Amino acid sequence: MTSASDAPRSDLAHLYRRAGFGATPAELDAAVAAGYAATVAALVRPPSSSDQGVLATPPPQLSLAPAPTANSTAAQRKAYQARVTSEGRELRLWWLDRMVMATNPFPEKLTFFWHGHFATALSKVRSAALMLRQNELLRTGGLGAFDALDLAIARDPAMMIWLDENQNIAGRPNENFARENMELFTLGYGNYSEDDVREAARCYTGWRYNQDSDAFVEVAKLHDNGVKTVLGHTGNFDGGDLITILTHSEASYRWVSTRVWCRFAKTITTDPVVNTLMTTYSPQLNIGALMTATFNSPLFLQTKGELVKQPVEWIVGALRALKMRANNQNYLGYLQGLGQVPFEPPNVGGWPFDDGWLTTAASYTRMKVARYIAAHGDTSAVADEPASGRADAAAHLLSVDAWGAQTRVALAQVAHDPVSLMTLALCAPEYVVN
Amino acid sequence: MPRTMSRRQFLISSGVVGGAALAVGAGGITVRDLMVAGKRTPLATGSKIVVFVTMYGGNDGLNTVIPYTDKAYYAGRPELAYDESEVLPLADDVGFNPSMTGFKKLYDAGQLAIVRGVGYPNPDRSHFRSMSIWQTASPGTPQPTGWLGRWLDANGADPLLAVNVGPVLPPMLAGQHCAGAAVPSNGGVTMPDGTYGSGLRALDTASKNSAPLIQRVAQSGSDLFRVATTFGPTLASSKTTGANDLAGQLDVVARCIAANAPTRVYSVQLGGFDFHADEKAAQSTLLGQLDAAVSGFLTTVAAGPHGKDVVAVLYSEFGRRVAANGSQGTDHGTAGNIFVAGATVNGGMFGDQPSLTDLSMDDLKYNVDFRSVYATVLESALGADADQVLGGTFPKLAFI
Repeated sequence: MTSASDAPRSDLAHLYRRAGFGATPAELDAAVAAGYAATVAALVRPPSSSDQGVLATPPPQLSLAPAPTANSTAAQRKAYQARVTSEGRELRLWWLDRMVMATNPFPEKLTFFWHGHFATALSKVRSAALMLRQNELLRTGGLGAFDALDLAIARDPAMMIWLDENQNIAGRPNENFARENMELFTLGYGNYSEDDVREAARCYTGWRYNQDSDAFVEVAKLHDNGVKTVLGHTGNFDGGDLITILTHSEASYRWVSTRVWCRFAKTITTDPVVNTLMTTYSPQLNIGALMTATFNSPLFLQTKGELVKQPVEWIVGALRALKMRANNQNYLGYLQGLGQVPFEPPNVGGWPFDDGWLTTAASYTRMKVARYIAAHGDTSAVADEPASGRADAAAHLLSVDAWGAQTRVALAQVAHDPVSLMTLALCAPEYVVN
Repeated sequence: MPRTMSRRQFLISSGVVGGAALAVGAGGITVRDLMVAGKRTPLATGSKIVVFVTMYGGNDGLNTVIPYTDKAYYAGRPELAYDESEVLPLADDVGFNPSMTGFKKLYDAGQLAIVRGVGYPNPDRSHFRSMSIWQTASPGTPQPTGWLGRWLDANGADPLLAVNVGPVLPPMLAGQHCAGAAVPSNGGVTMPDGTYGSGLRALDTASKNSAPLIQRVAQSGSDLFRVATTFGPTLASSKTTGANDLAGQLDVVARCIAANAPTRVYSVQLGGFDFHADEKAAQSTLLGQLDAAVSGFLTTVAAGPHGKDVVAVLYSEFGRRVAANGSQGTDHGTAGNIFVAGATVNGGMFGDQPSLTDLSMDDLKYNVDFRSVYATVLESALGADADQVLGGTFPKLAFI
């Protein structure tokens, strides 16, 4: 149990777990000194160009070579795919390392949230450079206005390839983006009809990513200039008009607020807290205000231990705590074993969450990864303690409030061996949950 | 109180269910557990083993089992259509996609049933809602339990009875009191010994007083040790090449079956069927992978002690629109095919080919409720009370 005097520290550790990837002891000391509201304000900021961790992890240089065409030779196709594979590895590892290194973890945590929300996979986009561009868009636009973000995503080359916007033409529209933008990105299931999907698809006709000029273009002759009726609104809408309608609706206010609460606080489908968040969010669709309101909600502090760390969050948190870099291709194999590879969500619905991560396969891989990290990381803060103090030292290092009785029993058995103790600490239920 | 189920994005991201009470996936069952369990309590020869293959994304049934004599097929999708000379003929009016040579052999051998026009009332064209309808067997009201999870609940609640290959448990296998196990898809499992091993074992001993999620984490590790001292045959040589490697997943299943694992239901998956654009070649390639993996698997198990017991069932969340879109692809549709394959399956055609001109919102009308297929599997393969699991009576088909 946390004593009353530890309450501020416990609350701030919770904030750092959810707004970031867990706090180091030094970060927590500083946060306690600054206070809760000031720490929220310091975290919820756009990425800073002077962040030392960001400066240490510049994005990889990736090629924007044109994708093979029908006229390409087999050798050209093979060479292209090989480049996608190798650049993809570079990109995935770079982001993992950026998450580990960023001094302010919040911009990366938020970018990761948006990546799960606008889930796009390299395996179909087949351009690491375009996936990186989308990633930068989520990072720079992820704290602004949601209508602008959704519009930018709708015109983002990777998304345009991923959901086939690039081939949507008047007369025989392609419904892929139109449907998922309503169901998953802006409104949520049940807040639109099948007719709305078909009408919405017409609005986006003619949007193209021109590979040669590397630019977004609206091709007038491919655009449906007829009158469309979507969600009760009627007019000659284009995609931008439609996104304004979608994002400025009661259903969208609720959907975006709910998604944020579910991923940063606690998994729910309906909760009075969402009504409160909506009133903050809806006037300007301000995501920054929504995030601040989420972390400052009194109910937020009642959600300790209510989320399971996603595999990426778990690995990044462990590496940050043990002062390591994600500079080893092994981590990509580990993430595959855990079921979560960055830039490769299983589908447009994004990744599972909570108990979805607590399977056998995951627990076995987690054990192996924890062993690797514990053996290679800086465990001096634990090793330098006498055996009797190492369990508490590990809790301190990982900003865990306290170990449960069963974990204490387990840690006591390996207290003589700091590597095993750190391995068990990283696998302990109190660390795997958030 | 059990916590809500795994992989809830199917249900909750679409706002479909609330915080429903569900069993979570059985923790820590490994392939080796199954191997050892197979030695202790080998599955009796003659007990049917059902392998479900989930085809994520909505497979285009009309370009899988192709109505190659129907003018409306060519009229609706001229850029996508296969002509008579390309298809692998199954009957006077339908033939397989050219890449499905293995399935064609199975069909000709009388070991493949094709159920046509499968769907449910008021079809939903959302991937996530429709897949949850299929996995919960509940088209009307959202249902918090998977249909095979309910079968587990009603049959001794043993997680070893239903096993998913891969790190994420599908909702299909999650019941209220019990959920199927999930085994890793990439080979052997070696658990540590010494004090590190015993420490891990202690860590994974869940206290009944802990918070549910805490218990859940501990449980997910604890069963890793069920056979720590009994070294069964390993699967170290089985290795998938990626998350979407169906052949690799089925290799794990084949090994478990050969080792007499006490498992009656396996779940494997192949994604990528959502071809809104440039469908023809890509779908054919994917169907070729499916065909090779499933027919190869059936050949492998046919040589073993359970060769006559294995039944493979393949399904997808929906079929696709009859008419192609302007992107040489197809948008989300309704009715599709289910395939049932195995040495003792009664091969042939079941259900009627839906009309390509008598449509509902441009989509096919179903004529077989998918729960009829489930009822047949439950009663004829698993010896279960289908009405209890499905919450209603659905006419059985004669494919088993």
